Amino acid sequence: MGSREMLRVPNPLKIATIPLLLVGSLVGNPAIAQSPTYGVGRTPTAEELRRMDIAIGPTGEELPPGSGSAKEGAQVYLEKACVGCHGVTGIGGAAPALRSEQGADVPVWQKERILPLRSPYATTVWDFINRGMPLGLEGTLTPNEVYALTAYLLFINNVIPEDQVLDQENLPQVRMPIGDEFGKPHEFRLNAPRLKGYPY
Amino acid sequence: MDSKRSSRRELLKLGAALAGGTTVALRGTAQAQEHNHPATPGSENASPMIHGSKEQIEYGQRSKYVTSVRIAHPVGGRASPDVFGKVFHVATPLQDSVGVITPSSLHYVATTRGSYLPDIDPQQHTLTIHGLVDRPLTLTVDELKRFPSVTRLHFIECAGNRHNGQQKTVQETHGMTSCSEWTGVLLSTLLKECGLKSSAKWFVSEGAEEVKGASSIPIAKGMDDCLIAYGQNGEPLRPQQGFPVRIMVPGFEGIYHTKFLRRIKLVDRFYMNYNEFGHLRPEDKELALGEQIGPKSVITYPSGAQQLPGPGYYEISGLAWSGGGAVKTVEVSTDGGKKWNRAQLKNTPQRMAHVRFAYEWRWDGTETEILSRCTDEIGQRQAMREEIANWWNVPFERNYRVPGLDNSVMPWKIARDGSVTNGLA
Repeated sequence: MGSREMLRVPNPLKIATIPLLLVGSLVGNPAIAQSPTYGVGRTPTAEELRRMDIAIGPTGEELPPGSGSAKEGAQVYLEKACVGCHGVTGIGGAAPALRSEQGADVPVWQKERILPLRSPYATTVWDFINRGMPLGLEGTLTPNEVYALTAYLLFINNVIPEDQVLDQENLPQVRMPIGDEFGKPHEFRLNAPRLKGYPY
Repeated sequence: MDSKRSSRRELLKLGAALAGGTTVALRGTAQAQEHNHPATPGSENASPMIHGSKEQIEYGQRSKYVTSVRIAHPVGGRASPDVFGKVFHVATPLQDSVGVITPSSLHYVATTRGSYLPDIDPQQHTLTIHGLVDRPLTLTVDELKRFPSVTRLHFIECAGNRHNGQQKTVQETHGMTSCSEWTGVLLSTLLKECGLKSSAKWFVSEGAEEVKGASSIPIAKGMDDCLIAYGQNGEPLRPQQGFPVRIMVPGFEGIYHTKFLRRIKLVDRFYMNYNEFGHLRPEDKELALGEQIGPKSVITYPSGAQQLPGPGYYEISGLAWSGGGAVKTVEVSTDGGKKWNRAQLKNTPQRMAHVRFAYEWRWDGTETEILSRCTDEIGQRQAMREEIANWWNVPFERNYRVPGLDNSVMPWKIARDGSVTNGLA
């Protein structure tokens, strides 16, 4: 019985209204088309998002206000006991080295893998100090301390002069030694080889 | 004869007890006590009873005769736990594995800075999705579980799962891969709920552990098969696998599968997080191999440090997987790669999941080398190290480093005395 009903030829007027309804719901009224399906969960507050948003992209748009210089950073490096793990001026500790002793004539890819030296963006240096240091006391540094430490590490790697003050405006502008000499991500395609033309 | 008679008598006694009804419980206790006697050689019930403990009843344990355990990776690397209770890289005992599921207790472990497992109260944990969405969303773990769920088999493999000539066992060469049944909510379900903006090209996934490890993942992957998982092998995730919530990025290197997931931020570009700094390479081509894992397989029996008792029949068995999709075929060679034979697949291959393969073999007792290779559903083929070096147009040397996650063929050498050793040695 039910299937016979379905087989009945529909009213031509009704057919004509179907596309109109579709256009109306998908294009004409995006608020309706995009409304949440499940309605579970809550909207985070702007303050919650600001505190949580510690992933600093290359544009630096997430950077908080603040500033610091290499001189201040050298002081923070001692006060916060960075020196205990990373050694005096970034070399000789148990933790990864933060400075290369190789000369300026050596290409950056032939030097050690050191974050404030090889990173394409100074924002990544700021980001990692902010989220990951000091060991055991992560997340306790103030923005000014992180700016100062970033300036110090960039200074001891000869990336910026000692008297340069870094802040949320000029940090993303720092020219890193690697320049543009690093691999860029390819456009990921579904169900495709991981590298075009690579059979393995 | 005597023992048979006595057990028949006990059955009769039990029958009488059952008929008696009220005495069943008493009789049951008497039975248990009788079986508690030391084993009588030659009797049908020669093994002593395992005393039920509270722990065994509440959360079962394996037999004391099963002793397979995880080990530090690499061998000689930092022991886990160290004196501070920190956990470093730990490898799965693949040589003892059967089927395709890795028991949660034996799943390999790696942590973002190689150390720290947070003890997260799931009632306090939230996942927030924000950035290029119409409506940012914060979910508790209970709220996440209210969304439509999926259950899928997926492997996870660490980028450090590289085989070399110094390693002895398959646990050392390949133990940084594991496969579980994962349950959770598709990320696409949540992104649709939030109203994904068309300007979103990548997302950053971030954990709640001390270093808050973060990775950039393409949005096409996120909308396809990424899974916000809260279940593993029928129970909540283990802390070592990211309790209470992790993201599965099927087929991508292990580090992308952010544990203790607290945040997903939709962004319009590639974010150079610290994890991405670790992937940095001079060339685009090599960088591309640091994301999706290629086709890979390994023979787990017979494998390094095992011993064949003598010539005769063996079922060669192993695991195959690919980040590109489901495994399509596996081939096994028992003559050092001269002839390749189609292996049997023991379960239906699933996308980005281990599949168990086998090949029936009669060993004639001569020295030989056994190898396996696989092809996946998108046509990628597992290659010998020499082939890979040729493709990259570099001279092949003994210590050649395969670009990206090492997915080259693994040889096992079988000596005349039946001992099995690393064919790369």
